[in-house]
Amino acid sequence: MDNVDLESIIKALNLKIRSGEDNLKAEVGGGYTGDLLSDVMGNSKEGDIWITRQVHQNIVAVASLKEHAGIILVQGCEPAKDTLDKAKSEGIPILISDLSAFEVTGRIYNLIKN
Amino acid sequence: MYEGCFIVAGGNFDKAGEVSGSIKTILKQMRLPVDVIRKVALVTYESEINIVSYARKGMIRLHVVTGSIMIEAIDEGPGIPDIELAMQPGYSTASPRVREMGFGAGMGLCNIRSFSDTFKISSEVGRGTYLKMIIKTIADPLDN
Amino acid sequence: MNLYEIKELLEAEVIVGEDKLDMEVKTAFMADLMSDVLAFATAGSLLITGLANAQVLRTADVMDISAVIMGRGKMPSPEAVQLARELNIPVLTTKFILFEVAGRLYLKGVKGCIEKVGSK
Repeated sequence: MDNVDLESIIKALNLKIRSGEDNLKAEVGGGYTGDLLSDVMGNSKEGDIWITRQVHQNIVAVASLKEHAGIILVQGCEPAKDTLDKAKSEGIPILISDLSAFEVTGRIYNLIKN
Repeated sequence: MYEGCFIVAGGNFDKAGEVSGSIKTILKQMRLPVDVIRKVALVTYESEINIVSYARKGMIRLHVVTGSIMIEAIDEGPGIPDIELAMQPGYSTASPRVREMGFGAGMGLCNIRSFSDTFKISSEVGRGTYLKMIIKTIADPLDN
Repeated sequence: MNLYEIKELLEAEVIVGEDKLDMEVKTAFMADLMSDVLAFATAGSLLITGLANAQVLRTADVMDISAVIMGRGKMPSPEAVQLARELNIPVLTTKFILFEVAGRLYLKGVKGCIEKVGSK
């Protein structure tokens, strides 16, 4: 069974890429959707794609510590400037979708499970 | 047609939302359109949460007349030093406690403005903040 | 799908609303931040959240949410349960993380609300 990589998710959902262009071949093992940082720190896994609407720079620290495949910001949210700077310097992919968290999650879940 | 005043206690998250709940019930009894009730409930709730989150105490005044509903939210509290900054989506000064509740994303004032037909805000640092929101109940043909 | 089918799909526990399991649901909104629910959710939707406090129910009431699903194995606070009963809003809890909850519901045809802020 082929694993899904970030690039195929980007294509399938038509995501905009804001950072981490060199790391799009990362394998996506699963997903985590949530906006409460302590919860994401406690419960998400390495290799997860993290789906959130939080845009402040702490999201980069969390994604980095948890070794997420990347971060998808939903509902068209754009990262704050210092968030983007940090993500670029750490090579963490930040991707944007205009869809809601429910829709993005549903579609990615569908890709990963099938 | 209707005028009422409701007290809001600062810091009391247990009771937060009771005022907007009561106001929603009052409007339902008046058989106002569902979308109007929804807008009023939303701006009232966001205002109430702001008072609870940031002020010492406050009051929400509801005034229903033919054609429109006015809501005023008046509080005694720290006030807002930079209103333009506070109105920016995502700007927040919320405490950890407020964030734990699921608030403090910095969208409150934007949401209130989006859902009101008329929105006015004024504030004085060290004294408090005043919001006035008007929601029309009848579409004005001159609007378009 | 209806709440009974959702309960089965999510291996959920019904905390409030045993008598409303035949309620049909077509759309869902998922968020941890109540401000987002206020900004974007549509009336009649399911609300899926990781929060379990009373404000979830206040927000649900303001937005005419049809039922609340609390994920991540969170149990609603006693105040939340009481408020849910007073407001007559069904509350289900599931051990699944939100990614799994939305995933399963999505595969069964539940759609997301994508309404934008402001109704003008």
